[in-house]
Amino acid sequence: MKLVRSTDSGALAGIASTGEAIDRRTFLKRSGVTLGAGVAASMFAPQLMKKAQAAAGLSPKEGIQTEIRKSICTHCSVGCGVVAEVQNGVWTGQEPDFDSPFNLGAHCSKGSTVREHGMGERRLRYPMKLVAGKWKRLSWDDAIEEIGNQLLDIREQSGPDSVYWLGSAKHNNEQAYMFRKIAAMWGTNNVDHQARICHSTTVAGVANTWGYGAMTNSYNDMHKSKAMFFIGSNAAEAHPVAMQHILRAKELGSKMIVCDPRFTRTAAHADHFVRFRPGADVALIWGVLWHIFDNGWEDKEYIRQRVYGMDEIRAEVARWTPEEVERVTGTPPEVVKRAAEIMNENRPGTIVWCMGGTQHTIGNNNTRAYCVLQLALGNIGKSGGGANIFRGHDNVQGATDLGVLSHTLPGYYGLSNGAWKHWSRVWDLDPDWVKGQFDAAEVEGDNGKPIHPMNYKGIPVSRWIDGILEDKNNIGQRDNVRAMIYMGHAVNSQSRGPEMKKAMEMLDLMVIVDPHPTHAAVMNDRTDGIYLLPAATQFETYGSVTASNRSLQWRDKIIEPVWESLPDHTILYKLAKKLGFHQEYTRNIKVNNDEPLIEDITREINAGMWTIGYTGQSPERIKLHMANKATFNTTTLKAEGGPADGDYYGMPWPAWGTPEMKHPGTPVLYNTELPVAEGGLNFRARFGVERNGVNLLAEDSYPVGAEIQDGHPEFTDKLLKQLGWWSDLTPEEQAAAEGKNWKTDLSGGIQRVAIMHGCAPFGNAKARSVVWTFPDPVPIHREPLYTPDRSLAEAYPTYPDRKRFYRLPTRYASIQADDYSGEYPLILTSGRLVEYEGGGEEQRSNPWLAELQQDMFVEINPVDANNNSVRDGQMVWISTPEGARILVKAMVTKRVDAGTVFTPFHFGGWFQGKDLVDKYPAGTAPYVRGEACNTAFTYGYDSVTQMQETKVTLCKLST
Amino acid sequence: MARMKFLCDAERCIECNSCVTACKNENEVPWGVNRRRVVVLGDGEPGEKSISVACMHCTDAPCAAVCPVDCFYTTDDGIVLHDKDLCIGCGYCFYACPFGAPQYPQQQAFGVRGKMDKCTFCAGGPLADNSDAEYTKYGRNRISEGKLPLCAEMCATKALIAGDGDTIADIYRERVLQRGTRPQTWGWETAYPTG
Repeated sequence: MKLVRSTDSGALAGIASTGEAIDRRTFLKRSGVTLGAGVAASMFAPQLMKKAQAAAGLSPKEGIQTEIRKSICTHCSVGCGVVAEVQNGVWTGQEPDFDSPFNLGAHCSKGSTVREHGMGERRLRYPMKLVAGKWKRLSWDDAIEEIGNQLLDIREQSGPDSVYWLGSAKHNNEQAYMFRKIAAMWGTNNVDHQARICHSTTVAGVANTWGYGAMTNSYNDMHKSKAMFFIGSNAAEAHPVAMQHILRAKELGSKMIVCDPRFTRTAAHADHFVRFRPGADVALIWGVLWHIFDNGWEDKEYIRQRVYGMDEIRAEVARWTPEEVERVTGTPPEVVKRAAEIMNENRPGTIVWCMGGTQHTIGNNNTRAYCVLQLALGNIGKSGGGANIFRGHDNVQGATDLGVLSHTLPGYYGLSNGAWKHWSRVWDLDPDWVKGQFDAAEVEGDNGKPIHPMNYKGIPVSRWIDGILEDKNNIGQRDNVRAMIYMGHAVNSQSRGPEMKKAMEMLDLMVIVDPHPTHAAVMNDRTDGIYLLPAATQFETYGSVTASNRSLQWRDKIIEPVWESLPDHTILYKLAKKLGFHQEYTRNIKVNNDEPLIEDITREINAGMWTIGYTGQSPERIKLHMANKATFNTTTLKAEGGPADGDYYGMPWPAWGTPEMKHPGTPVLYNTELPVAEGGLNFRARFGVERNGVNLLAEDSYPVGAEIQDGHPEFTDKLLKQLGWWSDLTPEEQAAAEGKNWKTDLSGGIQRVAIMHGCAPFGNAKARSVVWTFPDPVPIHREPLYTPDRSLAEAYPTYPDRKRFYRLPTRYASIQADDYSGEYPLILTSGRLVEYEGGGEEQRSNPWLAELQQDMFVEINPVDANNNSVRDGQMVWISTPEGARILVKAMVTKRVDAGTVFTPFHFGGWFQGKDLVDKYPAGTAPYVRGEACNTAFTYGYDSVTQMQETKVTLCKLST
Repeated sequence: MARMKFLCDAERCIECNSCVTACKNENEVPWGVNRRRVVVLGDGEPGEKSISVACMHCTDAPCAAVCPVDCFYTTDDGIVLHDKDLCIGCGYCFYACPFGAPQYPQQQAFGVRGKMDKCTFCAGGPLADNSDAEYTKYGRNRISEGKLPLCAEMCATKALIAGDGDTIADIYRERVLQRGTRPQTWGWETAYPTG
């Protein structure tokens, strides 16, 4: 019997394991204490003993009235309903939400524990600041006053662009919107959130292919899929409740293909597993498509009607013979061929991808290649088909839609003067006042031409450290970033740890707004100038949230904010008040005791988000859906009878027009088999009407009931007049629509009339498989910056370096030029664990989850382990070419192939071999801490969105 | 009269541990005590299967047969419970149990065993239904409220099902028919070897 404490203080002892199977959990459990059975209570750290006592006060009690309150899980994007039992304001129990059509009562390990938010032993309790290396408590008023003064000083000296507003996918929709709005009114586009490092390449790639960058169908719609092609998605760990729908499809006969460098838990349920080298997605997809073209399996009529540029794709794909595909991907030809056969024989088929595909320097090529595969098969715009892009965080779809992004305002309006004018009208503000909040002087833009800061894409979240570290003469703004506001952000989700530490230490001010102190508070060696503000979780406030399938759901408040925490929108309002623009900030919004009224914010969102149809989902309609969840069909998501009869659950956007128009939402994007008024659509006309003499509009394809039975451009006032439909507008609508289009007509009249005639407001065009505005119009393979194979780097080189890209110099070729493959022979990749999410701060602080994953680890194939003298369970250093190294536990497993090692990305609280437990404010260190794998991940950014390359770099192991 | 049973459909179990944490939440089970756990076979290799295991509430429970103080009893619903006031924490039931269900919170690292703790099928214990005393000692009594164990009710993929044996057999049979093949569930090949 051996007794090992995993760490000296704060950490918890592990649990015993019985049974012989050495699985991942057994392995991990053994890292703690190994006993025959049971566990030693004395091994509990003092904090946990205290926890047990605290928890006793929050347990259900007999004889007290129990109230039921409903919310939505705050972990992933599936949108599982949460049912809470509350006694005297204390959250005492959780019940299954059987009525929810998304989860039908189910939860994963994380959803099953959300009640812990209300206990929150490890949460930050009150505002704190770091003074001479010590955390000091202070009042909210003092905190806001001090922070505000420093922000205003920085603004005075360096301009508004020197303050970086880093928002969150954990905001609800209303908070996300208010976050983008505060950055706009502060006068900067240096605002972003984790969608940048999650699915930004999806949004860019997919929106530029067929109009919108979101999941086209839904988890539920997968019941109808005959084939499911997963690539870079480990749904069993990242979207566990989605697996309920996936396995249901499988039981109905659907074939499941999983392409991944690892034999994941999702792969364990697949009919066909395709292992391939990290970063070779385009090669693999073109390898599949090669067989489809070779056999004439493509849907020729669909392509004729609805796809532009497939011939150019065909030319590129012709190069990807089975031999070349094997050379680049490492996948045997017959395995690739079988995947193509399955997709051909089983239609409609759907494709699912996640971060395995997006986080690459060619992420935008990957996502477009996935789209092209589906277009070739004729699978898009069909129930059971589609691109089912599983989003990550619970509201990453909503936060993206609401523009917590450096390159656009809410609703993907962009940053043009027209976009600012549109939103200024919605905000009821003079556009010149808004402009006056920005730096007045133009700077040199990405293309070398002068640009006003208001119209210039801000620094993306993946690169904020370069906004600090880079010589200010090299960046596209007046001065460096000097203050960072992290609101619901895990810095351990970003690469280049040692440089991040240095950047943090150069800042004037760090403000961390979060339920937990986060890795950001401890990973640097600052002694002053960090503020921690306790944020309420989404269970302590209310509002709308958008699931991956574009449905909006409403959360009720379950409990009051714990301790001194406050909801995000209240904190933002307090800041706006201090910064002096709170009246402009909330012109249409009632404010009670510094809390802007959520419903008023939703209505302002409804008033401005015409582009993507966030206009029909009024608070009243969303609440009606929540109250009648059980009336929605669990496959189609359509209400069958009941008060919401005919609506789709949560009115998946676009829900066109005003709420009064009662559009039911669009369950499957681009589905021509339904009238637009009932959720049908076609591809969006977004890229013009003609290119090089080729028609970009759809041909002979249109939604059922459309009066224009062919392709057409987007609707404007002029088009309505040409068609003779202008008189269908009411006089009020005519007044509002004059000189406007479907995106800017605030009356919604143009949309209403277009739909009345059966047409999609955004026109009817072909999807484009060639995006001529991107660096690689036809998606091509390019080797990762750190590649193990020099011959491939020569055959498939990366991009040239760029002088200015999102305001920053961005390197490609100059990094790939050096050969690191000798000293660093192994590929390092990363991914998810089911118990944790994102940076893991919240889950590692939840004892019910933390107990199940106690150590940061690395999966190593037995061959690599033996070649490097690494034994299972041993601590091992992973070093990467830019000089970072992390100390993690070795797990020897065939889950990864020889040549590749894998690390999960949810850990934090260690830095390069050192446990930082002493640096947290007392009592707030997460129960489980470990190295952030991203400390070791290296340079590399997508050529369109600046997505970081965290799915492939090189490393070596040492003991 | 119902006979309550658990069934874990290994074709559906994705090893997400929802059952484990739902149990922790519902019964406030302390760190280190696992009334339910997920066992994985062939981790990381083709054929990997997982199954969620807790007390199986045996009809002829070996734990009860060996208990020197006779602290076990079977409810009318066929749920095997025990009386912690009688339990002496000897660990004999742990030897007898084929599933490793009994758990022993300990007071010291190398010390005396605590009272045995195990899955109650969310049926509490011998104390008054839904009393604070019952909750503290045994956890929630969902059965008395007409609900089923939370681990099964919250299972992410409905792999773990709980309820009257006849009903869960019906559900499972329907799934097997739907799959149109012989059960692929873990254990089948051991019970009915091919060839």
